[in-house]
Amino acid sequence: MFENYLPIAILAGVAVVLAILLMTLSRVLGPYRPNKTKLDPYESGMDPVGDAANRYSISFYLVAIAFIVFDVEVVFVYPWAVSYLDFGPGTLVSMIIFILELYVGLIYLIKKGALDWDLKKGMFN
Amino acid sequence: MEPVTTTSYIVLGIALFMLLNSAALAVYAERRVAAFIQNRWGPNRVGPYGLFQPIADVVKLLLKEDVTPARGFKTIHAIAPMIPVFTALMTVAVIPFGDGLYATDINSGVLYILAINSLGVYGITLGGWASNSKYSLLGGLRAAAQMISYELPMGLAVASCILFAGSLSFIDVVNSQEVWWNVIRNPIAAVIFIVTAFAEANRTPFDLPEAEHELVGGYHTEYSSMKFGMFFLAEYMHVVVGSMLITTFFFGGYHLPFAGLWLPEMGVTAKAILDVSVFVLKTVFFAFLFIWVRWTIPRFKYNQVMKLGWKRLLPISIFNFLGLAVIVYFWHHYIA
Amino acid sequence: MDTKHIKNDVDPKFLKKHQESLYDALEDKHTTVEILDEDPLNTKMVLNMGPQHPATHGVLRLILQLNGELIEKAKLDIGYLHRGIEKIAENKTYQEFMPYTDRTDYLSPYSNNVAFCTAVEKIANVEVPERAHYIRMIGSELSRISSHLLWLGTMVQDTGAVSFFLWTFREREKIYDIFDHIGGHRFTISHARIGGVANDLTDDALAMIKDFVNEFPQELKDFHGLLDRNRIFFDRNRGVGVLPTERALEIGATGPTLRGSGYAYDIRDFEPYARYDEVEFEIPTRLEGDNLARYYVRMEEMHESIRIIRQCLDKLPKGPVRTDNAKQAYPSKDEVYYSMEGMIHDFMMTDTGICPPEGSESFHSIEAPKGELGYFIQSNGTGHPWRLGIKSPSYANLQALEDMLDGEMVADTVIMIGGVDPVMGDSDK
Repeated sequence: MFENYLPIAILAGVAVVLAILLMTLSRVLGPYRPNKTKLDPYESGMDPVGDAANRYSISFYLVAIAFIVFDVEVVFVYPWAVSYLDFGPGTLVSMIIFILELYVGLIYLIKKGALDWDLKKGMFN
Repeated sequence: MEPVTTTSYIVLGIALFMLLNSAALAVYAERRVAAFIQNRWGPNRVGPYGLFQPIADVVKLLLKEDVTPARGFKTIHAIAPMIPVFTALMTVAVIPFGDGLYATDINSGVLYILAINSLGVYGITLGGWASNSKYSLLGGLRAAAQMISYELPMGLAVASCILFAGSLSFIDVVNSQEVWWNVIRNPIAAVIFIVTAFAEANRTPFDLPEAEHELVGGYHTEYSSMKFGMFFLAEYMHVVVGSMLITTFFFGGYHLPFAGLWLPEMGVTAKAILDVSVFVLKTVFFAFLFIWVRWTIPRFKYNQVMKLGWKRLLPISIFNFLGLAVIVYFWHHYIA
Repeated sequence: MDTKHIKNDVDPKFLKKHQESLYDALEDKHTTVEILDEDPLNTKMVLNMGPQHPATHGVLRLILQLNGELIEKAKLDIGYLHRGIEKIAENKTYQEFMPYTDRTDYLSPYSNNVAFCTAVEKIANVEVPERAHYIRMIGSELSRISSHLLWLGTMVQDTGAVSFFLWTFREREKIYDIFDHIGGHRFTISHARIGGVANDLTDDALAMIKDFVNEFPQELKDFHGLLDRNRIFFDRNRGVGVLPTERALEIGATGPTLRGSGYAYDIRDFEPYARYDEVEFEIPTRLEGDNLARYYVRMEEMHESIRIIRQCLDKLPKGPVRTDNAKQAYPSKDEVYYSMEGMIHDFMMTDTGICPPEGSESFHSIEAPKGELGYFIQSNGTGHPWRLGIKSPSYANLQALEDMLDGEMVADTVIMIGGVDPVMGDSDK
């Protein structure tokens, strides 16, 4: 059973080695002459204002949260899709109810404006 | 599940080699097709028809200075470009290139592909964040939001294929399409999958994470040398992998149209050659589609991407999945 | 970040005072409207867009205050391409200064030449022959098409369709070739002269213009076909950067930006110069005031330009192309080479130049591709202008940008800059 995963493990090893090899090669072959101006972050030729790795807008997190909810739905769907033909109509009906419940959640999300990014409509703007 | 044999390792080796090659070829193809669309010549100096141009590109990138922004997070900045390359390479393990020509057959192949594919977003987001540049950060955030949003319709579109295959193994998915390709049985999901494949590969019209016009390169603004080269390489590998997945899930993999009905029995070698050529041809066509779209249509705006993903594709894919589930159920139990 | 104290977070390496006052302005701009401008969650970001940015049409600088992808406030900083052209004029004779006008709005050099020459002709009372008027009109309209093609290419490229840029440039290439045959230069043509134009149209040039006029409408139709019903392009432009008519007039927007906002003002029609009163054309106007309206206005203007060129070619009269007054214009090269008087006149024109009456002043403006381009000249009776001022359309139109940007998204900035179509050489002078 698990020996089928052996090629994947080998592939993972090859991929990592390849990635590191490319990075090292460029480090070895390329010149390295840093100076302060060169290492400044790019901000259209002006002096950067503040730090970029600050807190950023909450709207991005909302998408992430909504994603998790619906991704769980998708994960549930897979094992069901493989084997639902072997069971009675009850499985089908319960899955339809489950998905529709989540769909109501999606409608709520849309109506609430959590996915609107315009200034006037958005939830947090 | 077939056991792993020596053939598997040979296939794995060739597939890995060809994927790296095809990324280089895709770069060349992109430049030539772009030139053709724009009434130019494109690269035609390095080697015959400019075929060695990708090699020259890589050599140039290797010899460039590797700049890490002083205010950035150096370790993450270095690790980030490896992730997309890693995920793109990992996908070839489970894709069947012909009858019996695959590296391994695992009973969760589809889940494996989806999982590996969604890891790619880490590279881009971390790269954007670790650069500590605002343009990079915006690009990284866009990439994260876009790629996770489009994973849902993609997952449901794939799930609706599983209904026909009844298995999460790629071999079964392809074999279920021996007569009827999924694109005929399930056209809506095919369209959704192609659109989401574009979004997952960050290609026009979904190339907002790099958006060279407003974000000046987006997540890879602060990358140079081979670190940039790896993002670049990964993008083209994702194009090739995306084309392979479109082929495998919806266009019958290595099967000719309605092959089960008319294709006669053949010897092992002949069948292998036929299968691989059919698979490669389809992949090349979709890779061409990726390039064609890139050079002809404009880019979405961020809110339009979100609107398309959440308000259009997701509901459509949900109802498509439910509808197909009901139809398949009744077909299976009461008609067939 | 705390937008109240941006100034403390930045350490300018040059022009310290100027930069600090800019960030100050960003803090204060809307204090009268938004009293609650605190940022307790610390989620706002101040982003410099330009001057070294690929999509800001040169060296335009925008300072944006972002909340996620939204622009809450925008400040404009121009002047990075200031070359002191108006001051240079004071040390040049009128004719010597004319080639400098090519370098202001370098996308429509011919219009600038015509604008400057008509202004000088107005102050010095120079008669221009009929044929020269028509040649100037043909040149101006060609340069209008050329300028609008560049706008179309870059604006559509800014939306992400990269190939479009090269397709419009193929057409511009034809116009450059025509200019090459008209005046011997492709880019900075300097063809208009005070009192006429440098030389007559050759048969070659005429044939090329005719070919272009016949072929271009089909290309324009193709451009329309590619963009008008492209859903992504349409959605990205409609309702973006709305500039209401009143606001456009208050700001002083001109040209397609004003006409896109629903005010049908075109100098060619209201105060005709050259012979625009003898040709028929429409003034394309849209009421919406958004970026799509400006797109349609410019596209239709190209149609109208073709129409004007066709009529000019039909009506093109015979005759001289430069006034035959040795005190007002250069003599022809034939005269200079083969007659003593001609050479003396040529020498005098180069040395002293044309001298408008002392104390006279005049302002004359034309409809350049970007809008109203005016030259204000004060004379002290010598061959050099005492003062020369340029009213450039890009400068006026750029002022609308701050208004338009507030409340839009980051991706819209480049499209809106494209929609306003500034040329920094024109704006900064």
